[in-house]
Amino acid sequence: MYGMLFSIRSFVSKMSPLDMKDGFLAFQTSRYKLHYYETPTGIKVVMNTDLGVGPIRDVLHHIYSALYVELVVKNPLCPLGQTVQSELFRSRLDSYIRSLPFFSARAG
Amino acid sequence: MSRQANRGTESKKMSSELFTLTYGALVTQLCKDYENDEDVNKQLDKMGYNIGVRLIEDFLARSNVGKCHDFRETADVIAKVAFKMYLGITPSITNWSPAGDEFSLILENNPLVDFVELPDNHSSLIYSNLLCGVLRGALEMVQMAVEAKFVQDTLKGDGVTEIRMRFIRRIEDNLPVGEE
Repeated sequence: MYGMLFSIRSFVSKMSPLDMKDGFLAFQTSRYKLHYYETPTGIKVVMNTDLGVGPIRDVLHHIYSALYVELVVKNPLCPLGQTVQSELFRSRLDSYIRSLPFFSARAG
Repeated sequence: MSRQANRGTESKKMSSELFTLTYGALVTQLCKDYENDEDVNKQLDKMGYNIGVRLIEDFLARSNVGKCHDFRETADVIAKVAFKMYLGITPSITNWSPAGDEFSLILENNPLVDFVELPDNHSSLIYSNLLCGVLRGALEMVQMAVEAKFVQDTLKGDGVTEIRMRFIRRIEDNLPVGEE
């Protein structure tokens, strides 16, 4: 998936006639919508939702700042650059997603 | 390790003396472990680097600063936002090189060195070298290879503490091996 996101991102930055503020935000097909958030350090937060969901940049930012940074980056025992093993991160992320207004328990 | 969920909005105050003493104990122990100053300087730089690569994420999460467009913007963000956020000081930016790839950060006071005097047998010790490592590590994570070094130090008798920052090159985004 990285190759696809990298290509879309560089495509968006080349197409933009003005200075890009946020860049690539989301794309949708007839079946799903993929939301994207990237930090200047290259950390990418990707969420797939159904088509009824609007912009969720603040949600993705919250996942980065309140979950990833607090629970993974600040934990010296969690190595960076590898799959996150932290059980605490996994469970907090899970409860956060379940608490979102557009989360439907039916699908989960 | 249990953590509270809503810690993000409280400001976590800590005594600055504790911070200064902790740093001092760290440097003292390093001096005992590695007998010569050059090795201690290298270790401080390495430790700073490891701190920097993680600190940048916390910085970006808390400050909402976007990508910097050039080195001047980077310098401003480092001095006015980052130093203020983490050390409570705002260094001034001076001595830009004509090409715009080098500048100096002038620190009037350095919280790491409160109450510190360098003994005579450690004259080549760069006491605050951790800061150089932090700057190097943090900037590397935002695709900038830089060199940071102390050119003046109040511990060595200079009037101010000066860190010289030099931009080496931009680190390009590489696709991981195996992706086309």
